[in-house]
Amino acid sequence: MHPIRKKRLTIVLFLLAGLSIAVGLITYALRQNINLFYDPSQIAAGEAPVDVRIRAGGMVEEGSVERDTETLKVMFRVTDFNASVPVEYEGILPDLFAEGQGVVAMGRLDGNGRFVADQVLAKHDENYMPPEVAEALKKAGKSATNTGPEGSATTY
Amino acid sequence: MWQFFHKLGSPKWFFGIANRLMPWLLAAALLLLAAGLVWGLFFAPKDYLQGNSYRIIFIHVPSAFLAQSVYIMMAVAAVVTLVWRMKLADVFVKAVAPVGLLLTFLALFTGAVWGKPTWGTWWIWDARLTSMLILLFLYGGVIALDRSISDEKSAARAVAVLVLVGVVNIPIIKYSVEWWNTLHQPATFKLTEKPSMPAEMWVPLLLSVLGLYLLFGWLACLRMKTEILVREQRTRWVREYISAGRA
Repeated sequence: MHPIRKKRLTIVLFLLAGLSIAVGLITYALRQNINLFYDPSQIAAGEAPVDVRIRAGGMVEEGSVERDTETLKVMFRVTDFNASVPVEYEGILPDLFAEGQGVVAMGRLDGNGRFVADQVLAKHDENYMPPEVAEALKKAGKSATNTGPEGSATTY
Repeated sequence: MWQFFHKLGSPKWFFGIANRLMPWLLAAALLLLAAGLVWGLFFAPKDYLQGNSYRIIFIHVPSAFLAQSVYIMMAVAAVVTLVWRMKLADVFVKAVAPVGLLLTFLALFTGAVWGKPTWGTWWIWDARLTSMLILLFLYGGVIALDRSISDEKSAARAVAVLVLVGVVNIPIIKYSVEWWNTLHQPATFKLTEKPSMPAEMWVPLLLSVLGLYLLFGWLACLRMKTEILVREQRTRWVREYISAGRA
């Protein structure tokens, strides 16, 4: 290769390497701000601030959803299979909200470790399945959603 | 190898190749896209949870996929521009930047339309959505910077540097769903694993991705040809080409 071109190529490569390191450090420093939500383990460990608007995310625990019979109030627990946080919400839930499904709730932690949400969003995983297959899986005793501790880190 | 590389840099040579390639590209692209989209939108089974609304992935995933690929191609062309000062690389960057902008917009728009019924919101500032919005602005910035500098050579270098600076955003988009907690789900297609959906869903998706790649190839050739004609309008071969009435 021509020496001038070689020199230019080195400059370009240095530019890219320097830039990647800079951006890498910035995103590493900002990681807590880039994270969309706290997971239940972080909340249980006291990493999430109390009485500040934050988001909490995780899987709706099986059998934990309690609906008020007269109002739109609903209580459920959000879990990541290590810890779980009770959530209180009043309003309309998205269609995909169900036990065993992922959710991201926006609200505040009160002093008693309860999360009072004013917005609940459904989080979907990357698994798609025809209804018949889901039905067959259910009959075979496996959950249709990809639950279980081994899948919990990425799929809720 | 170097000889081929330098030949590739000749606009006239590329013009001839593009002319011969384009009908094939277009035919294959339309065939694959039609097969993928008709199959995906009408015949593929619906999702057990989302019902029919998941079908937007047959448009969303290909356009998001290509929006990032186009940027990577532009970055490679930018290195060629900076190191070898090859005219054709710069022609490529200028020709495809608006296409990339359109694809990014399409990915964001279809994502928003899908997000409303599925997540319950049109937009959320999570890492994946935000980095994709930055990609949209990068494409816009590349187009604007190119238009604002009238001298062809300085414009080429400035644009190449901007494209290279922006390329760090691509791994951020790609890995945002793994590095941070996001509302957006992890990747649908992974190179290393089997897709997490049955074949009657991922085959049409793959067909639409390939079809869109070919359509992009056709569009890139078409736009590059136009750019070459404008730039080389004073050369003899372009004058002869135009007077022959084929342009």
